[in-house]
Amino acid sequence: MEKFDVIIVGGGLAGLAAAYTLAQQELEVLVLEKGDYPGAKNVTGGRIYVSPVRDLFPDLWAKAPLERFIAHEGVTMMAKERSVSIAYHGQELLEEPYQSYSILRAKFDRWFAKQAERKGAMLVTKSRVDEVIIEDGKVCGVWAGGDELRADVVIACDGVLSLTAEKAGLRKPGNPHDFAVGFKEVIELPAETIENRFNLTDNEGAAHMFMGEVTRGKFGGGFLYTNKESLSLGIVVGIKDLMEDQPAIEAPVLLDEFKQRPEIAALIRGGETVEYSAHVIPEGGLNALTKLTGNGIVVAGDAAGFSMNIGVTVRGMEYALASGYYAAQAVLKAREAEDYSAGSLAVYEQLLKDSFVMKDFNSFRNAPEALENPRLFTHYPELLGNVMRDMYHMPAGPKDRLYPTVMKYMKFNDLLKMFGDFRKVKKI
Amino acid sequence: MSDIMGLKAKLGLDVFKHDNEPHIKIKPGMERDPRLKRAVLVCPAGLYSLNAEGEVELTIDGCLECGTCRIACGVEVLDWNYPTGGAGVQFRFG
Ligand SMILES: Cc1cc2nc3c(=O)[nH]c(=O)nc-3n(C[C@H](O)[C@H](O)[C@H](O)COP(=O)(O)OP(=O)(O)OC[C@H]3O[C@@H](n4cnc5c(N)ncnc54)[C@H](O)[C@@H]3O)c2cc1C
Ligand code: SF4
Repeated sequence: MEKFDVIIVGGGLAGLAAAYTLAQQELEVLVLEKGDYPGAKNVTGGRIYVSPVRDLFPDLWAKAPLERFIAHEGVTMMAKERSVSIAYHGQELLEEPYQSYSILRAKFDRWFAKQAERKGAMLVTKSRVDEVIIEDGKVCGVWAGGDELRADVVIACDGVLSLTAEKAGLRKPGNPHDFAVGFKEVIELPAETIENRFNLTDNEGAAHMFMGEVTRGKFGGGFLYTNKESLSLGIVVGIKDLMEDQPAIEAPVLLDEFKQRPEIAALIRGGETVEYSAHVIPEGGLNALTKLTGNGIVVAGDAAGFSMNIGVTVRGMEYALASGYYAAQAVLKAREAEDYSAGSLAVYEQLLKDSFVMKDFNSFRNAPEALENPRLFTHYPELLGNVMRDMYHMPAGPKDRLYPTVMKYMKFNDLLKMFGDFRKVKKI
Repeated sequence: MSDIMGLKAKLGLDVFKHDNEPHIKIKPGMERDPRLKRAVLVCPAGLYSLNAEGEVELTIDGCLECGTCRIACGVEVLDWNYPTGGAGVQFRFG
């Protein structure tokens, strides 16, 4: 039996952030990761917002293996046979420090783990945590691959399903309503081709979201990020919507159809798919967060439910980094007090409340409900597409006036419904 | 090729390490449970299928360990775990 100050389950962003922070304070930290290397099991869409977490890890960013800084934003409403896009270019996106970057996790997590190890954290890969040791109502360690490992406190950073938090009694297996699944392809293309196709100079990158037909009107959307020499192209869709019939569609088909859309086909032409990956995402927001602390245990990152979908983007990475950091701070405080009970560790909740993490979760607490509206994913993309079609259409004979053309889609009842939808969306 | 390739070919691009035992199993007697049918739609690797007898079957090779089937079908019908340490899918990009 071995004893450590802290055992961290999972070498993803949350776990590595906690390990990095604790090792800096010279605690004996053990990170257990089941993958061959950190990042081997981790999937993201691809954009990390560095701004909210820059100061938590001041020395980390200069050399971090990020892909491209996002200089161009776009969103497309996809109807069945047409689409309407908005492109956003802003001077502030071109100014350093850049607010967000595209990222590939196998690369980043592996590097981040090295930085934590340099600070003194111990990392054991190919090690799956199987059981949580609970004595007198307190978590005292874990069993991993037949080894009994003990610590003053365990930090569960084992991702969205967190079997560790489940075994410690802090959460139940999830409800489909609170989760989405994301699946994506990484498609290689020469850097120059990417830069030409997306109008990028040097290390600029683009981020593009798609909603509507891309998920056949189910809750979710498509995404496209440019990496240095590849594209990350994928779909996120609510599991509850996906498992229901209307329309019954198998997940992989959605991505194939997305790739065949002329809007996308032209962008990926000649590229070579080099990986296909998938992962569940917590999207239940504030009301679906798990218990954050127990006796001898703290939960951080996706494991706690710290990921959200606010329509145009999924955000989880900066919450994982920040919650890992604050979990570490809470452990340091508990160590000072020599008290690792749930009550003592609850300082974690206060630290989160004072940070952007809980402030965001509070601000966006109504987003899941507001975005549940199927009209957002079916009616509006079609409506907008039809308005644009009529505006651009040039018949053989005379063309109708523009105002009545648009207004024919906006009868009193439609406007009333729109007003209702608008009132809901206003809550985001 | 980034054209439309079969799902098998797509999964063939990923690195998988062998595990001695399947890490996800349909609980005995649950093969016809309606909850299990959801997996046929939701599994991004298309590993669940419905056979002629109306039972759901699972082929574990190619599992991306995404967790979708566990969320969609629940732990009453699936015996769900991650592969042993070092086994299963190993993403090179993520
Ligand atoms: C398709 C997709 C698109 C996304 N897009 C974005 C985006 O653009 N921006 C954004 O910010 N977020 C995005 N997210 C969400 C984001 O990826 C997650 O919120 C983030 O990865 C969570 O980090 P984490 O450290 O909490 O968990 P993870 O990265 O999942 O790490 C958990 C770690 O724990 C390990 N582990 C689990 N169980 C055990 C065990 N029993 N023993 C040992 N190790 C274990 C795993 O192997 C893994 O390394 C997206 C997610 C997906 C799936
Ligand atoms: S974990 Fe994901 S890939 Fe594996 S069987 Fe379940 S749904 Fe399919």
